[in-house]
Amino acid sequence: MSDPQDAATPDGTISVFLVDDHGLFRAGVRAELDRGVPDVEVVGEAGSVDEAVAAIRHLRPDVVLLDVHMPDGGGAEVLRRIRPECPDVVFLALSVSDAAEDVIAVIRAGARGYVTKTISGRDLADAVRRVHGGDAVFSPRLAGFVLDVFSDRPGAAPPGDPELDLLTRRERDVLRLLARGYAYKEIAGELFISVKTVETHVSSVLRKTQLSNRYELSRWASDRRLV
Amino acid sequence: MPRGRPACDHGVVSQPAATSGAPAVPARGPLERRRSGRLVAGVAGGVADHLGIDVIWVRAAFVVLAAINGAGVVGYGLLWVFVRQESADVQRVTTRRERQQAIGLAALGLGVGLVAAALGNSVIGWIVGPLGVAALGAAVVWREADEAQRRRWAAGARSGVTGAAGGGRTALIRVVSGALFVALGIAVFLIGNINLGQVQFGLLAVVATIVGVAVLTVPWWVRLARDLGEERRQRIVEAERAEIAAHLHDSVLQTLALIQRQAEEPREVLRLARGQERELRHWLYGPQGYGRGSSGGGVKAPALDEGLAEALTKTAAEVEDTYALTVSPVLVGADRPLDPDLRALVLAAREAMVNAAKHAGVDEISVFVEIEPDEVNVFVRDRGKGFDPDDVPADRHGVADSIKARMARHGGRVRLRSTLGEGTEVHLAMDLATDPATGTTTGDDDAPAPDAAREDEQEAQP
Repeated sequence: MSDPQDAATPDGTISVFLVDDHGLFRAGVRAELDRGVPDVEVVGEAGSVDEAVAAIRHLRPDVVLLDVHMPDGGGAEVLRRIRPECPDVVFLALSVSDAAEDVIAVIRAGARGYVTKTISGRDLADAVRRVHGGDAVFSPRLAGFVLDVFSDRPGAAPPGDPELDLLTRRERDVLRLLARGYAYKEIAGELFISVKTVETHVSSVLRKTQLSNRYELSRWASDRRLV
Repeated sequence: MPRGRPACDHGVVSQPAATSGAPAVPARGPLERRRSGRLVAGVAGGVADHLGIDVIWVRAAFVVLAAINGAGVVGYGLLWVFVRQESADVQRVTTRRERQQAIGLAALGLGVGLVAAALGNSVIGWIVGPLGVAALGAAVVWREADEAQRRRWAAGARSGVTGAAGGGRTALIRVVSGALFVALGIAVFLIGNINLGQVQFGLLAVVATIVGVAVLTVPWWVRLARDLGEERRQRIVEAERAEIAAHLHDSVLQTLALIQRQAEEPREVLRLARGQERELRHWLYGPQGYGRGSSGGGVKAPALDEGLAEALTKTAAEVEDTYALTVSPVLVGADRPLDPDLRALVLAAREAMVNAAKHAGVDEISVFVEIEPDEVNVFVRDRGKGFDPDDVPADRHGVADSIKARMARHGGRVRLRSTLGEGTEVHLAMDLATDPATGTTTGDDDAPAPDAAREDEQEAQP
């Protein structure tokens, strides 16, 4: 995992790059972030995969807000092409999509989190800060998807690597509370642990989602030719 | 799935082919006959384009093959018939030299073929000779059919199987002479090879005629089948497009129009937008959704199947519509068919949602449903005002009757937590019969849950 410190700009603001094929949506996000959030600065935007890859390579922003659905391959394609050469750029997926396949696909491709486009400007800035700090950001829906995939339903394929293919009881509890709409602080209070520990659990769930061999995850990924 | 295929691959190949268009560029498209820069039918050129080699080698190969009992001619003819002509009009320059070379090659091939026929076994010669004549005739006719087809495209005029004859006197002459060739070939073949009685000969002549006619009309049959296939494909694409357009018109455009008219009322706009969003989402990502391909549905296919999950989703949608706020349900686990107990659970959850919508003063309610093999948990949560559960006036029956008593009747549990200023969470839990199959035996309810919800609501409310 990359050290959150080395990506920060000197004056402490977080540089953000927007990738979305809808200009109107980019303008909206930019306005919202520029207006109310002093420590987040939008340094550029792109409307297509090629544009995004070139600009990210050039600008090296701290955080990239990435649309899942775009004409020529979408967010997963951007991740596939740029992540190997810019490992310290952090990606946060931003989507209207409700399909588990799409969401899991970008997470598997290396995004540090997923939020829906209906998120408020303040919450978005918060999510940006959190992924920039090295943490993972799960919306309730994503937490639900991950819980679903890792559930031990009859008929699910036997796990290959139990270390990666199963969630601990604590991680499951944290995910459940996330899915119920709890904030990190509330989760910490509910489970009698520190916020830091909650963050650790969430990060480890993200890691397992990305690395696990669970049949359902692999299947989604291979359907989209991500692996 | 098409999405994963790297799009750049495609671009690299197609772009230079489209821009330069010189025959030397080895654009490895599908095998197509050349339309320009050809000598006979563009077969050799097309093969050369496809393989990325110089056309002269392909022609030479055809000539050599032609010397071996006419295999090259047959091969050429077959390619002529079965390979479609390229559609884009690519300009190619055929040099004089190339033309002369090709004609020379053809003459050489003919000569070699004749010599081979003369020198070879006389029986083979007798068979190959007449059949060669017949093949030549067929080639002439087929070529004419090809010309007619092109003319038809050019003029946009519709003509059927008789299109060849409609192409003017030269076309007619060519077709007739081709037919004669075929007939002659077959006749010579029959006379030379078979000694038969009158009746048998008559029968054979009929069969031979049929064969001849079949051979002559091959190009039309082939083309007919191909055109039909093409047309069917187009029709399917067209129907698909029309369906999407119709759907967008009925739903999205209508809603946008309504939104514009109601622009002064934010709540109404929100309600319309949410309703439309939900509908579109269902259309795209639902179980039979448009965006859901034939693959990928097998593992999960969760949320909206007939059963508990669908009932809860519908309930959430109803509350959303009625109270103009956002209810975002998250469902986890394998769906189950509804039974009376689960129906009660859905109704209780609905009451919890309605309470939150009415009293909490929020614009979003979270609903989390976890279906486990032996238990179902539903959490309805808002971040609104909150209240003191002991402080609820005694004349309010919502929580007591519709949630607690109902759940208790069906063996479920309710846990209610509310903090003033921080919000409320209602936790509904219900144990399940271990086997889903036995769980349904308690009663046969085909009635959809939402309807039942309303009836039950009315008896519980007053």
